[in-house]
Amino acid sequence: MMTNLFFDHNATTPIRPNALALAASVMGEVGNAASVHSFGRAANKHVETARRQIAETLDVSPQQIIFNSGASEGNNTILKGFSGQRILISAIEHPSIIECGVAAEKIPVTEDGVIDVVAFQDLLNHPTPPALVSVMLVNNETGVIQPVAEIARMAKAVGAMVHCDAVQAYGRIPFTRESLGVDFLTISSHKIGGTHGVGALIGAAGLQVPRLIEGGGQERRQRGGTVNVAGISAFGVAAVEACASLDSYQNLSVWRDRIELHVQQSSNRVRILGQHAPRVANTSMIVVTSASGETLLMAFDLEGIALSAGSACSSGSTKMSYTLTAMGIEPSPQLASLRMSLGYTTSEKDVEHFIKVWDKLSARLFKD
Amino acid sequence: MNSLGFDKKPSDTRVVVAMSGGVDSSVAASLLHEQGYDVVGITLQLYDYGEAVARKGACCAGKDIYDAKRVAEERGFPHYVLNYQDNFKQSVIDDFVDSYLKGETPIPCVKCNQTVKFKDLLQVARDLDADCMVTGHYVQRIVNEIGQSELHRAVDPTKDQSYFLFATTQDQLDFLRFPLGGWTKDMTRTHADRLGLVNADKPDSQDICFVPNGDYTAVVKKIAPEAKRHGQIIHLDGRVLGEHEGILHYTVGQRKGLGIGGGFTDNNEPLYVVAVDAQSAQVIVGPKEALARDIVLLKNGNWLIDPSFSSPISIDVKLRSTTRAVPATLICQADRVAAITLHDPQYGVSPGQAAVCYQGGRVIGGGWITETQLSHIKKAA
Repeated sequence: MMTNLFFDHNATTPIRPNALALAASVMGEVGNAASVHSFGRAANKHVETARRQIAETLDVSPQQIIFNSGASEGNNTILKGFSGQRILISAIEHPSIIECGVAAEKIPVTEDGVIDVVAFQDLLNHPTPPALVSVMLVNNETGVIQPVAEIARMAKAVGAMVHCDAVQAYGRIPFTRESLGVDFLTISSHKIGGTHGVGALIGAAGLQVPRLIEGGGQERRQRGGTVNVAGISAFGVAAVEACASLDSYQNLSVWRDRIELHVQQSSNRVRILGQHAPRVANTSMIVVTSASGETLLMAFDLEGIALSAGSACSSGSTKMSYTLTAMGIEPSPQLASLRMSLGYTTSEKDVEHFIKVWDKLSARLFKD
Repeated sequence: MNSLGFDKKPSDTRVVVAMSGGVDSSVAASLLHEQGYDVVGITLQLYDYGEAVARKGACCAGKDIYDAKRVAEERGFPHYVLNYQDNFKQSVIDDFVDSYLKGETPIPCVKCNQTVKFKDLLQVARDLDADCMVTGHYVQRIVNEIGQSELHRAVDPTKDQSYFLFATTQDQLDFLRFPLGGWTKDMTRTHADRLGLVNADKPDSQDICFVPNGDYTAVVKKIAPEAKRHGQIIHLDGRVLGEHEGILHYTVGQRKGLGIGGGFTDNNEPLYVVAVDAQSAQVIVGPKEALARDIVLLKNGNWLIDPSFSSPISIDVKLRSTTRAVPATLICQADRVAAITLHDPQYGVSPGQAAVCYQGGRVIGGGWITETQLSHIKKAA
């Protein structure tokens, strides 16, 4: 019997049992959170509970949380809100920033995948200071933690607003809106063990957050559309659990490092990107030089191990990621990238199994 | 022995199926999966359809990939999409364009089978530890008494695709399987219905996959604007009969759409394209007799028999995908060159097309037509 291992937690992570139980129970209730009657009030209570839970994890007031459909919406909302003005983003942002249809200048990254603050300063020294700077806190492909607090300070010095896509950082490393010093934050529920299709935008106190979806007056007129009551309540539970277990999350780095050491020792074709930069505990971007590189991901899948070739892209086809290009890797058919991302359900047995499969596949595929 | 010829259980036999998104390969994959094989479907993303026609929103290739993916999901076997746009551009599209610029009439499907599918994809299948690779082609692979795999025409002559597979090497053939070769299209459709495949009613593709609406000239002109070069249409006797808007609109043997009014000779006989001269951008026309050729020279031959050099081999040769095979004699030479003598002259043999050689139902190989001649004996007669 084949063991199925989910080593793709940066794409999505299994729903937490308590979040699932609450979502299922709330789904069984009737009620639109915007309605004035008792059903509406009961639904709204679930939403407000989650709002308070999430606010506490980020040390903001509940009014600063705007629920939406997820991180892509959150990122689009902010970028489109600054459309037509000068915007700086990093070269390794998520596609929902890079491809959202708003022109932006890109801040380069170093070979380690860290935003280049010297280059950033050069971009700030410009007759027109940027209206918005948008940088991610943790890169989804390499797991590299970005110097957002420093970038925010530099941006603020020229009067720019700062947005941070914190999707891959939330529930993994400690931070608050204030510790980062940013004006807007994007987070997502399914990356921390909630459901798909739910996220939140957080604005600094008193700040007008741009609106993307209008009409309906929900979320204090900041985001139209009936709120996903069950999904939001699960988000609250997931946020509490994930943020309460940040210490144990760090332990994933022991297993991550063990795998990295093994694959690097097993072959000189293997490089780990961003290994010398500060990273979240769960992510490893493994780059392999081999003519059979493109089959690696498939071969692992056929062995029951779910990995990713960088960001899970919509077409499902394999193609070199722009994050790697930004880190100075030349695209080549001889090069394959494998993103391994562990999560709260990963066990030591899984790690042993992964190593076994790695040995089997590398013996077969790395012959050229 | 299982149905694919391996001495093990179907569940221990890994089969990579090249899935185009059409009915044939979908049925092949689904049936093998139903029989318990360890089926892995792979679809190649070969080109950007929107880019090919410079039209936004068009996405046929996208639909094909989607269909293949849906079939695999519904039937419950793994499926992957590989981006082969670069390989396909280099190996197939550029060659297609070059051929037209040289005044030839190419067959991109053969190039695709030869390079992308049976070379690159086949290597992926081997890397995935597959025992064989399956396609939905209508062609048969038969293992003879000495254990050699032979390539044969499909049972259904109206679906036979052996012409497009002549460049398959022995090594590739050994690794390939064509489960639909013994079937009629109706049988395939019946199975598609029975299995409830999402693309069961999808029409057969007729055109070259990366050419929208059959308009290959638009594709060639977009990639190579020099293909628009105008030139003269000249009769064999030297008369200039008119102008044309690019030699790519003409193929040897063509009668319709010459753009010279009725296109008839003084004797009221139709005129045909006799030759296309890329250098002078001239299209030469003449009466049907002028097309007669009985010697066909080939390059880049691929032989599935031992090509005993210089000794004549009796064959039937198919000179276009749409014409019947005719009796001929083949002489293979070194450097993958060959000469074919046709028993009776044929009309409209075009450089750039393939000459595929058969012995009975068996494909013994073939090559690309470089030159055609009419022997003196025939001329005298």
